Amino acid sequence: MMKDITIGQYFPGNSVIHRMDPRMKLVLTFLYIIVIFVCKNFYSLGAMVFALVLMVLFSQIPVKTILKSVKPIFIIIVFTAILNVLYTTNGTILFEWKFIHISTGGIYTAVFMVIRIISLVVASSLLTYTTSPTLITDAIERLLSPLKFMRNSVHTIAMMMTIALRFIPTLIEEFDKITSAQKARGADLETGTLVERAKALIPIFIPLFITSFRRAYELAYAMECRCYHGGEGRTRMKQMKLHGFDVVGLVFMVVVTAGVVSLNIVFPHLI
Amino acid sequence: MAILKTENLTYCYSTGTPFEVTALDNANIEIDDGELVAVIGHTGSGKSTLIQHFNGLLKPTSGKVLVDGKDIWESKASLREARFKVGLCFQYPEYQLFEETSYKDIAFGPKNMKLSEEEIDRRVRKAAEFVGVTDDMLERSPFDLSGGEKRRVAIAGVMAMEPKILILDEPTSGLDPKGRDKILGLIKEYRQETGSTVMIVSHSMEDVAKIATKVLVMNSSKVMSYDTVDETYKRADEIMQMGLDVPQITKIFMGLHEKGFPVRTNIYTVEQGIEEIKRIRGQVNGL
Ligand SMILES: Nc1ncnc2c1ncn2[C@@H]1O[C@H](COP(=O)(O)OP(=O)(O)OP(=O)(O)O)[C@@H](O)[C@H]1O
Ligand SMILES: [Mg+2]
Repeated sequence: MMKDITIGQYFPGNSVIHRMDPRMKLVLTFLYIIVIFVCKNFYSLGAMVFALVLMVLFSQIPVKTILKSVKPIFIIIVFTAILNVLYTTNGTILFEWKFIHISTGGIYTAVFMVIRIISLVVASSLLTYTTSPTLITDAIERLLSPLKFMRNSVHTIAMMMTIALRFIPTLIEEFDKITSAQKARGADLETGTLVERAKALIPIFIPLFITSFRRAYELAYAMECRCYHGGEGRTRMKQMKLHGFDVVGLVFMVVVTAGVVSLNIVFPHLI
Repeated sequence: MAILKTENLTYCYSTGTPFEVTALDNANIEIDDGELVAVIGHTGSGKSTLIQHFNGLLKPTSGKVLVDGKDIWESKASLREARFKVGLCFQYPEYQLFEETSYKDIAFGPKNMKLSEEEIDRRVRKAAEFVGVTDDMLERSPFDLSGGEKRRVAIAGVMAMEPKILILDEPTSGLDPKGRDKILGLIKEYRQETGSTVMIVSHSMEDVAKIATKVLVMNSSKVMSYDTVDETYKRADEIMQMGLDVPQITKIFMGLHEKGFPVRTNIYTVEQGIEEIKRIRGQVNGL
């Protein structure tokens, strides 16, 4: 059912990647994404893929799970590949029919793009697989907090994101539960015209909204009871610290970046 | 003949993911027509998972569910039939209310059964009267009722479907002792009046002892036993080992037994306790 969705799912673990400082992971993932776009040829891209494979291995996340993160964008990948094959016409022509020209150049570009997109998705999934959503928002807040003039709004937004993320699974669970309950009363969600099916959702969404509002009030009261009044003067329970392996991670990324840049210079062509 | 039967019923949540859990392991149950079955077991033992199979909300990973001797997953029609034959009322049913008035909410089930207007009206009024929902409450929004009243409206919503088997998941959770007794009384009365089979899930052995004819004990995804209340309480110590609480009166008699008094230990109501004390009075000095 709805439970099977895996957006930004977190897989608890104890690998080096899991234990890295979330701020460092965030920065490095960002850097990785930028460098992916700096790549100009297959050599530098290969270096990036190699780096990614290393990171995945260190994270101890099963390869199957990693591949699952690519599944939702499969259509986009196929689409990109087809467009690139059709619209790039340099290199030797392999196949020609009416307006369709397939050239070696097109195929190379398509493969290049596909690898690039997959690496992008895998890298960002690696971040969410190994870091809990709360830690990610926390890290975002800390990274942005030097912006003094908007410090409070940074805190508010981070708090809102944390709460929203925290309640996604709860809402999904609630949705499943109410759906089951209404089905038990004979609600028919599977058959009928579009309008009928939309109408059949009313008995599910009304209780869902009411429960959500109730929950929001309760949470607000609970926060006030614990004297929450925004970010001003708040100290942290959990301090984030940089460890040795965070530095190793940074050095690794810097080396990879340097490698990519030099490979770009040495090999000026795609292949 | 058994009205409800399961054959090697097994169910796993999230199959094919790292989070796979077997919530129900090879359950074989046979429930006769007209029983009032209490399902007990501690948190996470698979009670809710089990009962959601009886009206086809969950599809067995393997095994069969038979209602009235018919496999409910045989066809679409048999599944729909099971939905109406087996009325299932979830835990905290008051959070499923959604209509403008309580009347409309109770009518939701019967309406889905495509009954005639008069029949719907008859059933709604009957169910409402049964659970003690007044005409005034029927016209009000269900959201303006108290928690206990909401709960009764929600239960009426399932009763109005007049199922042959009524199943309630923890109908008394979160209510005060008075509200609890009221709901339990209603359930007992409902069974006597309609002759339907009733099943309630509960954490409280005390509640169970008051009304049930049979007890189904679940422990870590398995059905441990299905027997009369008497027989079940003979093994009160085993039940306590599973982390369930037995009624206080049972604990007293278990204690007496341990101290060497010749008392039975399957005592679960105060009345039985009085009888037992009277019985041994002549035999023991100083009593
Ligand atoms: N939707 C779900 N997804 C994954 N696992 C689940 C789901 N629902 C229940 N489980 C797991 O299945 C097992 C049995 O759950 P179930 O809800 O049947 O227990 P229960 O006996 O009803 O407990 P309680 O008395 O707390 O209601 C538990 O280990 C639970 O974690
Ligand atoms: Mg339960």
